[in-house]
Amino acid sequence: MAELNSRIPKGPLADKWTEYKAHTNLVNPANKRRLEIIVVGTGLAGASAAASLAELGFKVKNYCYQDSPRRAHSIAAQGGINAAKNYQNDGDSVYRLFYDTIKGGDYRAREANVYRLAEVSNNIIDQCVAQGVPFAREYGGLLDNRSFGGAQVSRTFYARGQTGQQLLLGAYSALSRQIKKGNVEMFTRHEMLDVVLVEGRARGIVVRNLVTGSIERHAAHAVVLATGGYGNVFFLSTNAMGSNATAVWKAHKRGAFFGNPCFTQIHPTCIPVHGDFQSKLTLMSESLRNDGRIWVPKKKEDAEKIRHGKLLPTQIAEEDRDYYLERRYPAFGNLVPRDVASRAAKERCDAGFGVGETGLAVYLDFSDAINRLGKSTIEARYGNLFQMYEKIVDENPYKTPMMIYPAVHYTMGGLWVDYELMTTVPGLFAIGEANFSDHGANRLGASALMQGLADGYFVLPYTIQNYLSDQIRVPKFSSDLPEFVKTENEARERLQKLMNVKGKQTVDSFHKRLGLIMWNNVGMGRNEEGLKKAITEIAELRKEFWLDVKIPGEANEINPELEKAGRVADFLELGELMARDALNRNESCGGHFREEFQTPEGEALRNDNEYMYAAAWEFTGENNEPKLNREVLDYEFVEVKQRNYK
Amino acid sequence: MAFKYSSVTKKVVMALAGLFLITFLIVHLSINLLLLFDDSRELFNLAAHFMATNPVIQVFQIVLFGGFILHILVGLILQIQNWMARPTRYKVEGYSHTSFFSKFMIHTGGVILAFLVIHLINFFFKAKFGEMPEVMINGELYEDMGILVIEKFRELPVVVMYVVWLLFLGFHLDHAFHSALQSLGLNHSKYTPAAFGISRALAILIAGGFILIPVVIFIAQ
Amino acid sequence: MNLTLKIWRQKNATSKGKFVTYKVSDISSNSSFLEMMDVLNESLVLKGDDPVAFDHDCREGICGACSMYINGRPHGPDKAVTTCQLHMRRFNDGDTIVIEPWRARPFPVLKDLIVDRSAFDKIIQAGGYVSVNTGGVPDANAIPISKVNADLSMDAAACIGCGACVAACKNASAMLFVSAKVSQFALLPQGRTEAAERVQAMVAEMDNQGFGNCTNTGACEAECPKEISISNIARMNREFLSARICAPKVKEGSGGGI
Ligand SMILES: Cc1cc2nc3c(=O)[nH]c(=O)nc-3n(C[C@H](O)[C@H](O)[C@H](O)COP(=O)(O)OP(=O)(O)OC[C@H]3O[C@@H](n4cnc5c(N)ncnc54)[C@H](O)[C@@H]3O)c2cc1C
Ligand code: HEM
Ligand code: FES
Repeated sequence: MAELNSRIPKGPLADKWTEYKAHTNLVNPANKRRLEIIVVGTGLAGASAAASLAELGFKVKNYCYQDSPRRAHSIAAQGGINAAKNYQNDGDSVYRLFYDTIKGGDYRAREANVYRLAEVSNNIIDQCVAQGVPFAREYGGLLDNRSFGGAQVSRTFYARGQTGQQLLLGAYSALSRQIKKGNVEMFTRHEMLDVVLVEGRARGIVVRNLVTGSIERHAAHAVVLATGGYGNVFFLSTNAMGSNATAVWKAHKRGAFFGNPCFTQIHPTCIPVHGDFQSKLTLMSESLRNDGRIWVPKKKEDAEKIRHGKLLPTQIAEEDRDYYLERRYPAFGNLVPRDVASRAAKERCDAGFGVGETGLAVYLDFSDAINRLGKSTIEARYGNLFQMYEKIVDENPYKTPMMIYPAVHYTMGGLWVDYELMTTVPGLFAIGEANFSDHGANRLGASALMQGLADGYFVLPYTIQNYLSDQIRVPKFSSDLPEFVKTENEARERLQKLMNVKGKQTVDSFHKRLGLIMWNNVGMGRNEEGLKKAITEIAELRKEFWLDVKIPGEANEINPELEKAGRVADFLELGELMARDALNRNESCGGHFREEFQTPEGEALRNDNEYMYAAAWEFTGENNEPKLNREVLDYEFVEVKQRNYK
Repeated sequence: MAFKYSSVTKKVVMALAGLFLITFLIVHLSINLLLLFDDSRELFNLAAHFMATNPVIQVFQIVLFGGFILHILVGLILQIQNWMARPTRYKVEGYSHTSFFSKFMIHTGGVILAFLVIHLINFFFKAKFGEMPEVMINGELYEDMGILVIEKFRELPVVVMYVVWLLFLGFHLDHAFHSALQSLGLNHSKYTPAAFGISRALAILIAGGFILIPVVIFIAQ
Repeated sequence: MNLTLKIWRQKNATSKGKFVTYKVSDISSNSSFLEMMDVLNESLVLKGDDPVAFDHDCREGICGACSMYINGRPHGPDKAVTTCQLHMRRFNDGDTIVIEPWRARPFPVLKDLIVDRSAFDKIIQAGGYVSVNTGGVPDANAIPISKVNADLSMDAAACIGCGACVAACKNASAMLFVSAKVSQFALLPQGRTEAAERVQAMVAEMDNQGFGNCTNTGACEAECPKEISISNIARMNREFLSARICAPKVKEGSGGGI
């Protein structure tokens, strides 16, 4: 089976990437034209990779399940993107960005990757500006920055509350240019169902055309997965409705190891859940924590009254408010990292101080900021977010504090990749949120966009060449090889099996039940008992699903229920692996909080001696237990410390 | 053939022709108003004579016809393309907030065109090719266009017809001037709001001014 | 609340569609319009009927996927929202709601309320970009850009490509969509370099796709969920005119390559 070799270049941290680029194998222009690359996904990672590879001369095929590449989920990112430009002269540097990211990730990320990420962060901003991304500017005409959690410098570049949108549209425009030139062949409304291996190497994919329902085989010299995160395992999350794990999960079952599946980010500032019919959760950008202050009532009676609508938040006197983040973490205050902020909110609510109808909400208050800066400044900074909030909740956040509660937002886990972003399957790469990557156990705000674009624009286009350089003699693949036919048949049979269940329960009802199991046991607070329970419950639910799911319509037409069913079937398997991983990791780190392992003050308690590794799970067969492989994380350059945001 | 020009080009042509027609309307109106201010019809007849004989104006008359034809033709082509762009109509539609008359330019335009033909037969072709009464001004003989107009406007049906027609002209103009500026790309955050006002004012002044003439003549008889 | 829904049902692109009436009951006024549709679909599935197919993804008003023409207006009666942001509190108990797909020749219906909007992608492919390759670009702060222009550019760039402008326009014109992209770039020094080629190429592709012309009715602006202004259309017309009149004639393939 595959070897776990992270292939980190030798040498001093700051030189690794430069050295790598200097010595890696490249493909000459004439050969590039002969090599085909499949890129699945058109988010920041996928679109930037497809465009950059096509610019280099490779023949690229690009896929997404939406009707247009521009609608990939990256579009929804609001807050911003980090870079070590130090334009604010506040002491930022590549090293500091690297260090903050490593520390923010609670020392569970690979040093060399994170350093490279910080290094190329500056190129990303340059690239996006050159593409015409309208970042926010100051009156002097230069770029503006804001602060994000987990950092003491202002290094976040933004485009109003639509940074992800603008960056994605930048990448989409570059992609569109290559489509026009014929270097990229675009397949929209196509969902990848499986990856095809020929002689142990990834050589293609099987997709379903979501309009005609037909199953198609596509071949290439290498396959890149940029299919985003799997937060939708929880049903309710801030991810788009269609975000799914199918591509990475199928890759996993074909031999790609799954890295740190339990590392999930629960984002502290989302609009609280308000009913059973709810289909998804809405994020309120973390940037709000720049000016908003988080509090709950100091007295339980007050909280009680608020929950019953007998008291308004604005009626609570200043001295009766508990600004618990400022109280507990005076150094970072409201800008502590996400995992810390989320847990603190849960702690207050569990203790009975929560507000809102359900008691599962805390206040995010802008009255101080409005008094200090004026309503117009706040409006300029957050106008569209306030508007969005008002549309959903029907309350005016300029007048009454917002209510927020943590929600599933991002998955740090994903396919395990080496320094070259290649999975344990040769020729199969994973970039963006789809890989387990650079954020360790917790991702800092504004660094997923950075990572997605770093991978796509500046890392993969180099590293993939090292793999392809010895593939130039391999002729163009035919998708009629028996391996393709076999994989296609398997995919088709699976769909047919789903259609044939003809049970009584809807796909969504299964998904909701899975979500509940996950949220209660594999969510913000985890413990051995709950995790074990989750593993059995998920297995039972999975069995029930395959016996009783109901999918109307046919497989050879647009069939959203069938699409959902395929995705939920995969979530039902992945969810179990997440619980297993969480159970295995007997420590608390970053977003992974095991209740058994905490300091007396309730902070996460790591166990560096035993768990300073990335868990890389290996699939060993349909009903077998997965096998754990460990990539031991070697901290050569930073001193590993207890995270402290006090 | 005109199909091959881009939509923006066609709109620019439309706007230029339209603006030209508006200028013509203003000139036309100024001359007609002379009828109301000068009972002897002398000024009006002199102006009419000037318009009918001055070589520069003659050239412009052709340009004017060209302008009309262009405006009408291009308007039709645009409209046909617009209809083709939505082969299946909505069951419920038209609840979006729009500039009201903008939705009926082809209809108001059509009404204008229909009456225009009658109008031309009534006055223009008569003057050009028909028998005209004559009148002596300052010792010279001129065609008495004025009496032709006044006699026509003593009949109620004609007056009603003209008022209706001119109302439709007003409706057309309400969305004309500012729309033309927008088509020509003449837009400015400070001044554009005024263009809407000017457009409406033009519509009221031009249509109102023209309406005044038959109405006053009819009442005064 | 209880509602009557009249929804356009069409099996696929080639079949003839029709309106079908459904009743939904016990809808929470706090739920979103799409959550109301979810409830309807859940009940249809349980009955063994085909659920109503519609495009949606982010459900927070940014991806531009959702696209329902509700009671005569794209994205329904509220200003500046997408269908997914529309909430049921906007309706009254007992209301009848008519739901149709976007209607335009370049947006053929694929199924029920799903239409094919790839014509928009084609227009962007015709020139909606700055022709720079990855790498080798100047420092981001090398060219200062006035805040006014950067902000105006951002206003235009906020377009989510949902197609409500086309759906709202009596002519099914795409001018607001195209002009938003043209404006975004025209306002930035990075985009000026190819401004003349871009505007001509994009307008040509827009016409080629079969969208209608612009009568400046302003319906697009009124319905745009991102409140993009028709001043962008004027800017595009200006750009187009100056490109047509002033830009030198360029032989095919002799440069630009836009
Ligand atoms: C609401 C929200 C706000 C955020 N805000 C920020 C922020 O401010 N800053 C920040 O740094 N990060 C933010 N993030 C995180 C960040 O947006 C994501 O991590 C990042 O955009 C992921 O990009 P990606 O390219 O990896 O994947 P995605 O953008 O999710 O793209 C996935 C692509 O894969 C395709 N795909 C998926 N499955 C299949 C399949 N089976 N077959 C074919 N195609 C498939 C999809 O069509 C899509 O094109 C936010 C995330 C959310 C949810
Ligand atoms: C004296 C008479 C007329 C004047 C002053 C006039 C003026 C104008 C002006 C200024 C516009 C706006 C152009 C733009 O939006 O760029 C316009 C639009 C239009 N006119 Fe006229 N017009 C006249 C007669 C007619 C006639 C006779 C027709 C007959 C078909 C007509 C049909 C139209 C149409 C269809 C439009 C809308 C075109 C579009 O935007 O799609 N007009 N007119
Ligand atoms: S679903 Fe994304 S905008 Fe409505």
